[in-house]
Amino acid sequence: MNIHEYQAKQILKSFGVAVQEGIVATTADEAHSAALKLKEQYGSDFVVIKAQIHAGGRGKGSIIGKEQRGVAVAKNADKAKEIASNLIGGTLVTIQTGPKGKLVSKVLVAQDVYYPGSSEPKEYYMSVMLDRSQSKNIIVYSTEGGMDIEHVAEHTPHLIHKETIDPKVGLQAFQARKIAFNLGCEGEAFKQMVKFVTALYTAYDKADAAMFEINPVLKTSDDKIIAVDGKVDIDDNALYRHADYMAMRDTAEEDPTEVEAKEFNLNYVKLDGNVGCMVNGAGLAMATMDIIKLSGGDPANFLDVGGSANATTVEAGFRIILKDPNVKAILINIFGGIVRCDRVAQGVVDAYKSIGNIPVPIIVRLQGTNAEAAKKLIDESGLKVYSAIVLKEAAELVQKAVAGNI
Amino acid sequence: MSVLVDKNSKVIVQGFTGSEGSFHAQQMIEYGTNVVGGVTPGKGGQSHLDRPVFNTVKDAVEKAGANVSIIFVPPPFAADAIMESADAGIKVIICITEGIPVKDMIPVKEYVKSRNCVLIGPNCPGVITPGQAKVGIMPGFVFKQGRIGIISKSGTLTYEAADQIVKAGLGVSTAIGIGGDPIIGTPTKDAVEMLMNDPETDAIVMIGEIGGSYEADAARWIKANGNKKPVVGFIAGQTAPAGRRMGHAGAIVGGHDDTASAKMKIMAECGLHVVESPADIGSKMLEVLGSKAN
Repeated sequence: MNIHEYQAKQILKSFGVAVQEGIVATTADEAHSAALKLKEQYGSDFVVIKAQIHAGGRGKGSIIGKEQRGVAVAKNADKAKEIASNLIGGTLVTIQTGPKGKLVSKVLVAQDVYYPGSSEPKEYYMSVMLDRSQSKNIIVYSTEGGMDIEHVAEHTPHLIHKETIDPKVGLQAFQARKIAFNLGCEGEAFKQMVKFVTALYTAYDKADAAMFEINPVLKTSDDKIIAVDGKVDIDDNALYRHADYMAMRDTAEEDPTEVEAKEFNLNYVKLDGNVGCMVNGAGLAMATMDIIKLSGGDPANFLDVGGSANATTVEAGFRIILKDPNVKAILINIFGGIVRCDRVAQGVVDAYKSIGNIPVPIIVRLQGTNAEAAKKLIDESGLKVYSAIVLKEAAELVQKAVAGNI
Repeated sequence: MSVLVDKNSKVIVQGFTGSEGSFHAQQMIEYGTNVVGGVTPGKGGQSHLDRPVFNTVKDAVEKAGANVSIIFVPPPFAADAIMESADAGIKVIICITEGIPVKDMIPVKEYVKSRNCVLIGPNCPGVITPGQAKVGIMPGFVFKQGRIGIISKSGTLTYEAADQIVKAGLGVSTAIGIGGDPIIGTPTKDAVEMLMNDPETDAIVMIGEIGGSYEADAARWIKANGNKKPVVGFIAGQTAPAGRRMGHAGAIVGGHDDTASAKMKIMAECGLHVVESPADIGSKMLEVLGSKAN
């Protein structure tokens, strides 16, 4: 589950990770008073206004129709108000949002942490994640902070370091020291970095995170080490033991159809294509999307109806797929094992009748238990539904449907 | 001979008296699997499906001689169930449970490594050696006996592959559903190695999906070991967008190496027979075996 930056910082802070402090605002006036409050606390007129959306690249992204970046420095509270009024209610387009962009409904008014002092501020990169090939957690870090880490990986891979955590003993002090040394930290900054790394890994472990990405980690001019940005992804399978994190879910950031599908316990991902699909099993669902592509169409969605496909789930699936106006055909691909194909076929027929007029051709491929009876049921239903048993036949029907020949 | 499970396997069901456990235990018994009992803590001494219920796996091993376990325990308790089996001396542990937190699986992976056992799954359909033992949730009738081994991360896609193999006039030696989670007990390479060393298996179908490097690791191992048996390969998710989880917890494209095209390229370079369409698995296998015979 993805969350906002301000929520990520709340989680990090709760485990003792030092962060750039800030106050969330949902109106320009709130941003104004937040800036004043930060001035009181930290003594600087400067604040940073950061749009809160579930996408990266905000600093380089801009609001549609306005000359406003998604992250901007304000030199005083009045300027903070102006920037916030540009951001809130605007649509922010970044490299990660796609051209449609995302609506900004909140901003984080954050303290200025790049203040001048006895040393130069320095940015680092740090993330914690599972290394799937080792089945162990790793800390990935680099002196090249504040930039796109994939760019760093491609051009200067020797500047990216990895530290593997032994699950038997967890992160050890020598590992935290090694990281601080490799990042070139000295004196007070070294001590603070060791503390930061230790707290960060504890937070990752205790929060049941699937990924932490702190970019940049900042050494301030007075040798503090803090997280200036934070991307936190919590393991969905572990949410049952973190009700407080579950409450952080922001459905406004998700596709509305995906939110609705979740209510029906359907595993649905919206895509941009023209052929919808409904499948039992995640692997077969991905394979069905591939078949659609190879047949000349583009998948409009991923939809796994799970192991118990019946009339109710099939009808819910139909309704969700049909919400997408781009869908020109629907392919249902069910491999019946424990689920009987004739039951699913009856479900399709019932759902079709219940929804009424479905304006696009439907191709139903049912294989497995009672497949022949299922095909007969569909063929004799009199509905505009095309049946297939073998995957190749289904692919051919999709090809025809995409070409407008059925 | 086959691999992992056969007619001599003495199978116990963990989570025996629950609804999933009961249903699939019944199906396995009907298939002919030698289910010797089950484990439900607190219900030891009772009888269920005409089989004894034990309080602990240790009891099941000592009293019923169990050597294979299949787990239907809910996610919060599944990691514990796996370790209980490993500690009790079970040799093959098959975990069907979907939804175990990664944090729970990291120590489990270490734990089973330190015991003399094999973990299949979690989040998998199980293992079937047709005609001998079905230790899983797959529809048994699809899997006819034969000499083609199948390895897959996904359930229904395994059934699809088996169906195509059977329709092509061939059959299945052992089908192993390795699971779709980010951490699984037996990665693709280990499963391939088992089937490569199995005298009852002539060729292998290897099905993967986006995310992780297991398929690439397996492909490199196959090449390094001289491509002893033909392998037909497919990777699901060629059209999956980056950064989105496609059903399985492990099916997500993070970097370039996670993509279907990157994996298929490595597999082809390592001498595997890669199909672009999942509809071509059976026909490709026939073609490969045919050309080999010539």
